[in-house]
Amino acid sequence: MKNIDGNERHKQVLLVEDSPGDVRLTQEAFRDANRSIHLHVAADGVEAMAFLNHKGKHVHAPRPDLILLDLNLPKMDGREVLSHIKEDADLKTIPTVILTTSDAEVDIVKSYQLQANCYLTKPVELDAFESLVKSINDFWLTKVKLPQQR
Amino acid sequence: MRLIEVSTPPIEVLLVEDSPGDVRLTQEAFHDANKSIRLHLAFDGVEAMAFLRREGIHAHAARPDLILLDLNLPKMDGREVLALIKADKSLKMIPTVILTTSDAESDIEKSYELQVNCYLRKPAQWDEFASLMKNIIDFWLTKVKLPRRSPGHE
Repeated sequence: MKNIDGNERHKQVLLVEDSPGDVRLTQEAFRDANRSIHLHVAADGVEAMAFLNHKGKHVHAPRPDLILLDLNLPKMDGREVLSHIKEDADLKTIPTVILTTSDAEVDIVKSYQLQANCYLTKPVELDAFESLVKSINDFWLTKVKLPQQR
Repeated sequence: MRLIEVSTPPIEVLLVEDSPGDVRLTQEAFHDANKSIRLHLAFDGVEAMAFLRREGIHAHAARPDLILLDLNLPKMDGREVLALIKADKSLKMIPTVILTTSDAESDIEKSYELQVNCYLRKPAQWDEFASLMKNIIDFWLTKVKLPRRSPGHE
């Protein structure tokens, strides 16, 4: 779990991503796009669920305003994390965006069936990746009305 | 129901909106986007459900790739339409975006509980409305992978 910046009223974003390179790129792109967010990182599905359920070292973890979830993850994969989130009466209202390299139709359909809020594929080009993170910030953290923190 | 621009394969969008002014602004924004989009209109919740279920005059309706849904609608309101969409195995995977003048926290919370894909508030100013429509088109119809040609979709 890492933070960018440090202020209480900032938007909390949970990135669930096992690739250190993609974590780094996402952190940098958010830093450029919006300095007033806290980006938390979970490197696998088990850690993501511990963060969301305030378990273990995540006992004081904030509730995320937005979750960015990779599909292919160690220990517990993103499909299972997504189904846990969307079956939980408390967690289901947190918008969960799939961010993955997979563009397999079966993954897209399955994710929407599990009620992913939207499905995005990671571009391989650096510029396109940065631009996508900026779009996520501009749309989800600026335009969209998110459920209020409880 | 009217169509805007046809080519192959178009993205099918269902707009559920009872205000003629907002329909007009949305049509113009979609037209300006100059994409291959077919915008279908339903003026109330009952018509929206008939369109989605292909009932009556909507027997040959296209399955939408994206639904833009107002909350306050005649006959059947948007909350009920959203609940019906998200309780239906075949329809639940269609991304459904709430687009409403309401910014009541209870409406926002309730919509996310019903598994809305995202909640947007309609700006009162025309230029802001146009800009939001452009954001929706850029994000949902350009960046997002939509579940097109999905199984169970006849």
